[in-house]
Amino acid sequence: MKKAVLTRASKLFAVTTLAAGISLANAEDTIKVGVLHSLSGTMAISETTLKDTVLMMVAEQNKKGGLLGKKLEPVVVDPASNWPLFAEKTRELLAKEGVDVIFGCWTSVSRKSVLPVIEELNGLLFYPVQYEGEESSRNVFYTGAAPNQQAIPAVDYLMKEVGVKRWVLAGTDYVYPRTTNKILESYLKSKGVDAADIMVNYTPFGHSDWQTIVSDIKGFGSAGKKTAVVSTVNGDANVPFYKELANQGISAEDIPVVAFSVGEEELSGFDTSPLVGHLAAWNYFQSADADINYDFIDQWHAYTGDDSRVTNDPMEATYIGFSMWAKAVEKAGSADVDKVRQAMYGMTVPNLTGGMATMNANHHLSKPVLIGEIQADGQFDIVWQTDGEIKGDAWTDFLPESKNIVADWTAPINCGNYNIVSKTCGSAVAAE
Amino acid sequence: MPVQATHMGPITRLLTQDKNGRRLLLVIAVLAIVVPFCNLLFPAESVLHISTYTMTLLGKYLCYALLAIAVDLIWGYCGILSLGHGAFFALGGYAMGMYLMRQVGDRGVYGNPELPDFMVFLNWQELPWYWLGFDSFAFSMLMVLLVPGTLAFVFGALAFRSRVSGVYLSIITQAMTYALMLAFFRNDMGFGGNNGLTDFKDILGFDLQSDGTRAGLFIASALALMLGYVISRVITASKLGRVLVAIRDSESRARFLGYRVEHYKLFVFVVSAMLAGVAGALYVPQVGIINPSEFAPIFSIEIIIWVAVGGRGSLYGAVIGAVLVNYAKTWFTGAFAELWLFLLGGLFVLTTLYLPRGVIGLWPPLQQRWHRYRQQRDLVHQEDCL
Amino acid sequence: MRIFVLFCLACCSWSAQAQLAEADLTLQRLAQQLAVASYDEKSALISQMAQLPAERKKPLLEALASNSLYSRESDQRLFVIERFKPGERIQAFFYDESLLIESRRQKRDFDKIGINNAIRRTLSSELALMEVSSGSDQQRRLAAEQLLKSPQDIDASRLQALIAQESSPAVAEVLGLVAALQQLTSADSSQRLAAIKTLQRSLYPQVRVALVQHQGRLDASNPLQAGEYQLVQKTLASIDQLQQLNGYARDLYFGLSLGAVLLLAAIGLAITFGVMGVINMAHGEMIMLGAYTTYLVQQLMPAGSEVSLLVAIPAAFLVSGLVGVVIERSVIRHLYGRPLETLLATFGISLILQQAVRSIFGPLNREVATPEWMAGTFMLNPGLELTWNRLYIIIFSLLVLVLLAWVMKRTLFGLQMRAVTMNRPMASSMGIRSGWVDALTFGLGSGIAGIAGVALSQLTNVGPNLGQAYIIDSFMVVVFGGVGNLWGTLVAAMSLGVANKVIEPFAGAVLAKILLLVFIILFIQKRPRGLFALKGRAVEG
Repeated sequence: MKKAVLTRASKLFAVTTLAAGISLANAEDTIKVGVLHSLSGTMAISETTLKDTVLMMVAEQNKKGGLLGKKLEPVVVDPASNWPLFAEKTRELLAKEGVDVIFGCWTSVSRKSVLPVIEELNGLLFYPVQYEGEESSRNVFYTGAAPNQQAIPAVDYLMKEVGVKRWVLAGTDYVYPRTTNKILESYLKSKGVDAADIMVNYTPFGHSDWQTIVSDIKGFGSAGKKTAVVSTVNGDANVPFYKELANQGISAEDIPVVAFSVGEEELSGFDTSPLVGHLAAWNYFQSADADINYDFIDQWHAYTGDDSRVTNDPMEATYIGFSMWAKAVEKAGSADVDKVRQAMYGMTVPNLTGGMATMNANHHLSKPVLIGEIQADGQFDIVWQTDGEIKGDAWTDFLPESKNIVADWTAPINCGNYNIVSKTCGSAVAAE
Repeated sequence: MPVQATHMGPITRLLTQDKNGRRLLLVIAVLAIVVPFCNLLFPAESVLHISTYTMTLLGKYLCYALLAIAVDLIWGYCGILSLGHGAFFALGGYAMGMYLMRQVGDRGVYGNPELPDFMVFLNWQELPWYWLGFDSFAFSMLMVLLVPGTLAFVFGALAFRSRVSGVYLSIITQAMTYALMLAFFRNDMGFGGNNGLTDFKDILGFDLQSDGTRAGLFIASALALMLGYVISRVITASKLGRVLVAIRDSESRARFLGYRVEHYKLFVFVVSAMLAGVAGALYVPQVGIINPSEFAPIFSIEIIIWVAVGGRGSLYGAVIGAVLVNYAKTWFTGAFAELWLFLLGGLFVLTTLYLPRGVIGLWPPLQQRWHRYRQQRDLVHQEDCL
Repeated sequence: MRIFVLFCLACCSWSAQAQLAEADLTLQRLAQQLAVASYDEKSALISQMAQLPAERKKPLLEALASNSLYSRESDQRLFVIERFKPGERIQAFFYDESLLIESRRQKRDFDKIGINNAIRRTLSSELALMEVSSGSDQQRRLAAEQLLKSPQDIDASRLQALIAQESSPAVAEVLGLVAALQQLTSADSSQRLAAIKTLQRSLYPQVRVALVQHQGRLDASNPLQAGEYQLVQKTLASIDQLQQLNGYARDLYFGLSLGAVLLLAAIGLAITFGVMGVINMAHGEMIMLGAYTTYLVQQLMPAGSEVSLLVAIPAAFLVSGLVGVVIERSVIRHLYGRPLETLLATFGISLILQQAVRSIFGPLNREVATPEWMAGTFMLNPGLELTWNRLYIIIFSLLVLVLLAWVMKRTLFGLQMRAVTMNRPMASSMGIRSGWVDALTFGLGSGIAGIAGVALSQLTNVGPNLGQAYIIDSFMVVVFGGVGNLWGTLVAAMSLGVANKVIEPFAGAVLAKILLLVFIILFIQKRPRGLFALKGRAVEG
């Protein structure tokens, strides 16, 4: 009996010490930078690179003497491509580690999972991936593209420069492709495209047998009108998709495929010579001809010790996010979330394509839109770009539910979903 | 003594005979009191304060522990290796998630009083019929039990009647959860697709973000775990439990002895599925999201591993395994972000090789050694005295 | 007189040479403008260049088409650069100058003459026009098919001349179709009717498109055009009928090839799980190891080697097989008789292997090149092009299966293997070293999984998660076919593959898969031991 009490006591002791250890205040001699990218599981392929990018930027900043006289200390955790784990790790980073900023997430669902936690604990997240929009959180800065900074310019290019009349919208079945395709459908119809000339197709994650779909696309494209595929196929499914395209001999001259989720990194996994000419739309390509870009690439090669490593758009978004955050911390004179947030609005830093990135009050960036054609060496050749930077639009104008909503985190609106008709913030029934 | 034992009710018998179970219940009860107490009463600076992070983490472990008990009940006691128990867990979770979504009301970003955000987003005009009723807490809780229970009943009735057993059963349970995962990933299903259900606001009118609600959920999880344990213990300790063990050890022999094997199996399978559903329902408000990846076959395999690591066929072993493996995962993913799969994989291999009866198998030998040591010490002591 | 003739000839050849030289100079002048031209200007320049009788226009346009024409910033000299790799020589196009690349930074000294899809299309049709008269049989055919896409690119008289001198009947037929497409728009109705007759039964999609457009131009109620309208309609109907047959054939082929993939993925598991009873969760990782071995072999062999894939097959078998033997000797042999515990241990091993690969090769996918002979399609008829790689994979999967069946039925090792799995103590007492037979059997199953990895590297990602994508499907196939039965695995894989592809066009990829899973669940109720159940005492337990 005594023994039983002992075990019980020791178990209890273990729990309390664990808890006590967690709640002990952290020493304030460094600025902690949380890195919340999956290092294992299905998303590791994309996210590990971003972890390395953040670590590289932190090391670079520390070489310059850190920020505000303090060293930056990276805290890396692995949410393992597991969505509830993202929320848990965010809480760990904020509550236990006491980080001042988090760079992380890739998929929309991971961001959605993190959102309540980061809002509750008033953290700061920089989200570096292109996404579906329809969101603007006080605690998140979106440094990837919103739909109006990727999808719509790309479709414009195809329509005007290539003369495409018939459209295949192919995507993985999740919220980003669904939204993008919905926006594009409504946009195309507004431009007079007939519903019969639009084919929409959704496939599951990691879809690997593309024979039927590619042959359907081929059939759809041989109806005499210039046809293009707008692909929002995600991650792992792309390699088999492109391999099948190449095998069935769909060349870019006949049916160009423009992708929003395929960058240099995805292409590095296979031989692109049969795919020359297929397109992608991003805000950055490694081939961008700017000195700052060449320096960044050299820095990346030196950091990874591998000069065949490619750079890509989410890396640039991470780069911009980090530079902005560092600049904002210095401007605010503190790493305090609210102060940094205020310092972020209107902040400009150079982007890697030779222009300037500006942070808008809706927490989205102004960025240029570039269209690139795939080359045999796995790089993109930039064939078109917008004249200037385009301002990211958190709430798209092409969906009836969100056309009256805007985000503005500066006074007097100070709201992520402000209805300009009813002039109220959030949870207001749209005045129809 | 044995005569006396048969006259006792199962619960009394449980309380007097199941020493480890008593310990377990006590620990959980203490946790259920101490953790919320320390979280709510002590200020954050205090040494005795337990952070909300720790509390939600422990709450999650408790849900997993209940799930592990559910699996141990069928695997450890009846030999049904379900590689699809994550499905019941996730269905319970979705039922709770649907209730929580309905509670959001018009506080979603689009301010639609009727439809959750993701439906507004995908142009749904009205709530699909299977969402009706989920604005009522009581109905939702009923569904937490009924949906997994019904699926288990239909699935089990078919499988056990056709005498599908062993690996065949394992694989078709895997097929079941895999099919459900694919289905729930489809946005057309009306369950939010890959994003699942998230951004919950409150439960029964209490704000989910507040520490008080979290403490309440924690206590509820602890109570559910205790109740789940007692139910499972009552089942396994009863005559029915002995039949289950007989089925586990030799199904045909039990059948030849005249037992309707499939009825026993079906009963315990349904109970287990309901327990898993409850675990899922308590899990969702604490982690804040439910998404189809809970249906992933890998997750179901992981549950099996918790049970095996803890020790199969002992209920409290399952609890220990679930907590241990998940704590290891939490710790490793934070402390050894790049290497944790090596550690976790190694843990599984070593456990199977060297601890075939799980972690709790360590206990009796240690106990014996301790006894021997004490006896020896006493002997030495006696000799010294002489 | 003779002298005069000679003089004339000399003059002619001199003037021809002068013309050529002049043309080459014009070519050079135009080409140099490319470096600063916009895309629209480039198209115009290319058309101009194509008209020149210059000798070197073809290599120049080809270099442009393959994106390897660069202009040096300092003096605008054109260079052909295939790859920008330190240590390689590059060659100036119009000048006798070659350069050694010393570092990647030199790339900044050169501007690529970029082209876009529109220019690429102009280039390919110009090149097609050049090749349709010269070139090999294959090239001429491709060039002729290129002309089908834009029949107006070539003028009718030149086309007739080409048809007249064409030696290959296949190419002549395609050229005939091009001519018919041109005549379809002629004002003369008898020519049109003749054209429609030529186009009958041709399954090229361009033909159908042209006929549909032509039908749109005709007025059915006009008695002058009614006959032609009906002829077009009839032609279209017969084309559609043939296309429908093609569709069935295509679905069947897709289904068989998906089945072959499933078969390859499952066949190793049919040994480790089916024969040995190990619930081998690390099976997918053995496939992954095979795929990575393919990658390594390609890295070690000279670039562009066409046989690396063939070398990779035994290499992958050995690597995965050895890993399998090590796993069996170190872990699994302690677990016989406890099948469910093998699930745990092998799951742990699979995590370790995944992370090991991630640590060694990084989390990114690796590039495995497709050899020339596996790329592309073969044409059964113009409406039915099938991919080579799938055909090879179908054949390959069957070969592997046959070989395996032979090993199991006809060799001593196979006999011992079957003996050990049937009755271990009896086999041991007959002098079979059951431990080694177990190790080799597991190694065999793992090695075959490695071979599957070689094939899958041609179809999908070579990354740490490769195995995860196939493990569940593999288990389904083995269980559906009946554990322990190789032929069952074959029938199960092929029928699931074909069923999936037959359902997919109606239900979509996801629903097709869900339906099949539900089907398997229900099927197992009907036949609890799979398609081909083993009979006898071994079944129990």
